Order: sequence, then C-alpha cells, then structure tokens
Amino acid sequence: MQLRRQLVGWAFLLPLLAYLLLSYAYPLLTNLDLSLRDNTIRTFVHGGAPFVGFANYAAVFADPAFGTAVLHTVVFTLVSLVFQYAAGLALAVFFTRSFPLSATLRALFLVPWLLPLIVSASTWAWMLNSEAGVVNAVLAAFGVDKVDWLTSPNWSLVSVTVANIWIGIPFNLVVLHSGLRNIPAEVYEASALDGANGWQTFWRITFPMLRPVSGITLLLGLVYTLKVFDIIWIMTRGGPSGASTTLAVKSYELGFGNMLPRFGPSAAVGNVLILVAMVAGICYVRVQRHQEEA
Amino acid sequence: MRRRRLLRTATGVLLTALMLFPVYWMVNVSLTPPGKMRKSPPDFFPTTPTFDGYVRVFNEQLPYFLTSLLVASGTVVLTLALAAPAAYSLAKLRPRGRRPLWFVLLVAQMIPGIIMALGFYGIYVSLGITNSVSGLILADSTIAVPFAVLILSSFMASVPDELVQAARIDGAGAVRVFWSIVLPVSRNGIVTAALFAFLWAWSDFVFAATLDSGGSLKPLTLGIYRYIGNNNQEWNAIMATAVVASVPAAVLLVLAQRFVAAGITAGAVKD
Repeated sequence: MQLRRQLVGWAFLLPLLAYLLLSYAYPLLTNLDLSLRDNTIRTFVHGGAPFVGFANYAAVFADPAFGTAVLHTVVFTLVSLVFQYAAGLALAVFFTRSFPLSATLRALFLVPWLLPLIVSASTWAWMLNSEAGVVNAVLAAFGVDKVDWLTSPNWSLVSVTVANIWIGIPFNLVVLHSGLRNIPAEVYEASALDGANGWQTFWRITFPMLRPVSGITLLLGLVYTLKVFDIIWIMTRGGPSGASTTLAVKSYELGFGNMLPRFGPSAAVGNVLILVAMVAGICYVRVQRHQEEA
Repeated sequence: MRRRRLLRTATGVLLTALMLFPVYWMVNVSLTPPGKMRKSPPDFFPTTPTFDGYVRVFNEQLPYFLTSLLVASGTVVLTLALAAPAAYSLAKLRPRGRRPLWFVLLVAQMIPGIIMALGFYGIYVSLGITNSVSGLILADSTIAVPFAVLILSSFMASVPDELVQAARIDGAGAVRVFWSIVLPVSRNGIVTAALFAFLWAWSDFVFAATLDSGGSLKPLTLGIYRYIGNNNQEWNAIMATAVVASVPAAVLLVLAQRFVAAGITAGAVKD
C-alpha cells in the first residue's frame, strides 16, 4: 500500500521530470557543449565542430570588453536594485495608510510590470530620443541643454537603468506591501504607546521586522535584473560601442547580433551568468529556510 | 481627519500619474500624425488624433497578433498539463525523494532566458524545427512551468487533507481525487498560473527573436521589433502596435487584479 502510494506519487511527477530533462537539461547541456567547441555556422548546422576545451572561456576572459560588461552588469544591477527597493518600500508604506482609491491606485502601479518588455523599452526609447523625445523637451523648458540619452556613451547605461527601475518598482511595491501587512498591528500600537513618532517607528520597528521579506525581494530582484536583455537590446543594442552592454546582452550579441555568429564565446558568457544565477538560487533557498525556522 | 485622507488620495493620484506617464505617452504618440512626430516640443495631448497607426497595425500586424495568441494559448495548455499533476503530487501525494525537485524548480526559474534560447537554438537547428509555433510554445513554457508548479502546489497544499481522505474512503483513486476534488478546489491557483503563463508567452521577445526570426509565423513582439528596425522609424505605427500588445496586460489587470497580486507575491512572502 505504502509502496503503491509512492509509485502513484512519482507517476504524477513523471511528465514534469521528462519535461525538465527535455527542455531544461538538454538545452543547458547543448549550451555547455557549444561553449567547449569551436563552431562556425557550417558546423553549427551539420555538426562536427572541433573540441577546444576551455579556449572559448579563455578568449572571453581575455577580451577587455568582457571586463567592461561585468562592470556594467554590476552597476546596472546594484543601482537598479537600490532604487527599485527604496521607491517600492516608500510606496508600500504610503499605500498601507487607508484613503479613498488606495486599492485602485495600487493596482494601477502594476501596469509597468505587466507590459511586455518590448513595449516598455520602445516607449522609453522614444521618450528619450535626442531630438523629439519628451524628456529632453521637458528639460529644455527648465533650460537644460539637449542630452543624448541613448547615443552618448556617458548616458546610455543610465538610461537603460532608469527604464529598468521603472519596470521593477511594481514588483517591489507589491511584495513589500504584503510583507508590511503581515506585521501585526499590536506592534505598532505598542510603539505608539511608547511615544515613538512615525520616523522612529519605521526605522526601529517596520524596517527590522520587514528584513526577511526585504531579503527575498532583493534576491528575486537580483535574479530578474541579471536576466535583463530585452530592455537594453531594444533601447541601445548595448551601445554606443558597448557602453551599455551587460553580460546577458554580450551573450546575445556574440551569438545572434552579428552576421558572423560566435556561438562558442556566446555560450561561454551565458554559462558564467548561470553560475551567478545558481549562487543566487542557493542564497534564496537558504534565506527561505531561515525564514521558515524563524 | 477627512482632509488628511483626501490629501493622501491627491498624493496617490499624483504619484500614479507620474508612474504611468510613459504609458500615457505611448497612447499619445500612437495617435500623433507622422507629420507632427518630430515636432519640438512635442504635443502633450493628441489635439489632432489620427488612427492611421492603428489602421496599419490592423493591415500589417494581424497575422503576428494571431500567432501571439496561438503561442500564448498553447503555452498555457502545455504549462497547466505539466504543472497541475506535478503540483498535486508534491502537495498531496508527497512521495519520498521529492525535496531536490523544489530546489531544481527554484533554480530553473533563475536561469536567464538568453541562455536557454541559445541551447534551444542549437537543438532546433540540428532538428530543423526553427520557426515553428510548437517549438516556440515549448521554449516559452520554460518561463512558466517552474513557477506554475510552485504556485499550484502552494494552492493545493491548502486543500484540507480530510477532504482528500474522505474521498479515498469512498473509493476514489488518486486520479479521481486529483480531477474531481483537488483541481476544482484550487481553481484560483490554476487561474493565476494560467494568467502568468499567458502573459509571459505573449510578452516573450528573447525566444521569438532567436528561434522564430525567419519564419512566416512571427509573434507580435517581433512585429514591433521589425518596425523599430526599419530605417524610417515610424513611431506612430510602433506605438500603436505597442498599445495593441498591451491589451492583454490591461485586461488581466481589470479582470484578475487579485490573482495578479497573488502571483507576484507567491514564493516571496510566506503568509
């Protein structure tokens, strides 16, 4: 009976397991294989690419553009996370107050997160257009000179980061808001009785009690941000001359961005990203377990 | 007190307006005649609205639109067919040795799409199945399946064990319990999983750009991308397509707001 139950349980899992092998393990192994071979378009289609070990990795690491891409990834990710989290938290606190339309407005805040990335990215691209963009028009009204948001190497990374922050705020708002609502009201009452003002209550009570949720939010934000490719590719194509290229963009650019694809190095860059994602995954599991024990 | 509440509402409306300005701008530009597109400063309101952009969308992008609909629906079906039985097993049958699967599903969600895309591309090229709708559905489902299993199993875990036990005593087998009890009771979870699977497949650009860029059946995201790639970028048509591509998101928000919020917080917050 017990054995039968086990077997039935695994029978229900079987389709998923087969699927995971077919559409996760197989592509990832293909990717690994690509990264260890010297592929041309010909060998890519017909097979028979020579095995070159870690030569693709060595080539990628030796390329100064790789270091730049790593730096851009770190800056893009950190700045995005800090601003998304800060804005999301401020808005979450704001929306815990009761006022007319509160729920409706909070729902509207979800819109940027739900839109297809290509829609958001192309909208931002046009808003930030040097000549006809609305952002420069508004700045001009305040006497600021024209800024080449997308075509100047000084600004392109800033521009894609701003667009990414805009997309990430709703996620932070929703998760932190639900975290805030799980803090028992008695805690606030006690704090009010002790004569704490709003600012003190926030920093001494709310913020520390929200720590587990904050941790998960930032970790998930990290994973999403590392993945970001669509926004940057559509707004700047990683340019000008690599000024807004992150690792995900680099991987796509090497594999699909040119007439002459370099699948080996593209896969190698991708596998570096997977390693980072794996580490984040392990952190996530640990934080969650910690939270369950607490 | 009343005044303070109203002041908060005013602040809230202002913040929301600021946040949604890009969305407004997309609609505004989609209605702006091409002749006034490069005007500086731009018109903040569509004073002389034109629907030419939408006419072009209808004439040129309709096949793309239908492909997106097909791919997204297919992804929903595939995702639910795989995720629901697995979630039932994880939540209710709980076979031994299932724990590593949780970890696999969590990590699977974190793998960047671009890497999966390259792997799929390698496989599809050697099998000669690039530019196929079914290939795109399979690839798109990888975004949704791990999430769907996790969220469905958390919904199914809250189905009372007594209910399952009672059915078993009445002689119902595991399949019967799954189909007639657990599935109907966890309807909300299924709706949430389906909504997100649809939205992600509908929004997908990475897989479409890599696996489906040469065929005749392209999704709407590639339709927008093709417009952007044109040398004479016609932003009126681009933004009109973008507005059309945003419709499912808007519909979801109006019809299923609480499911959307539930989906976003799932996995992040333990209630």
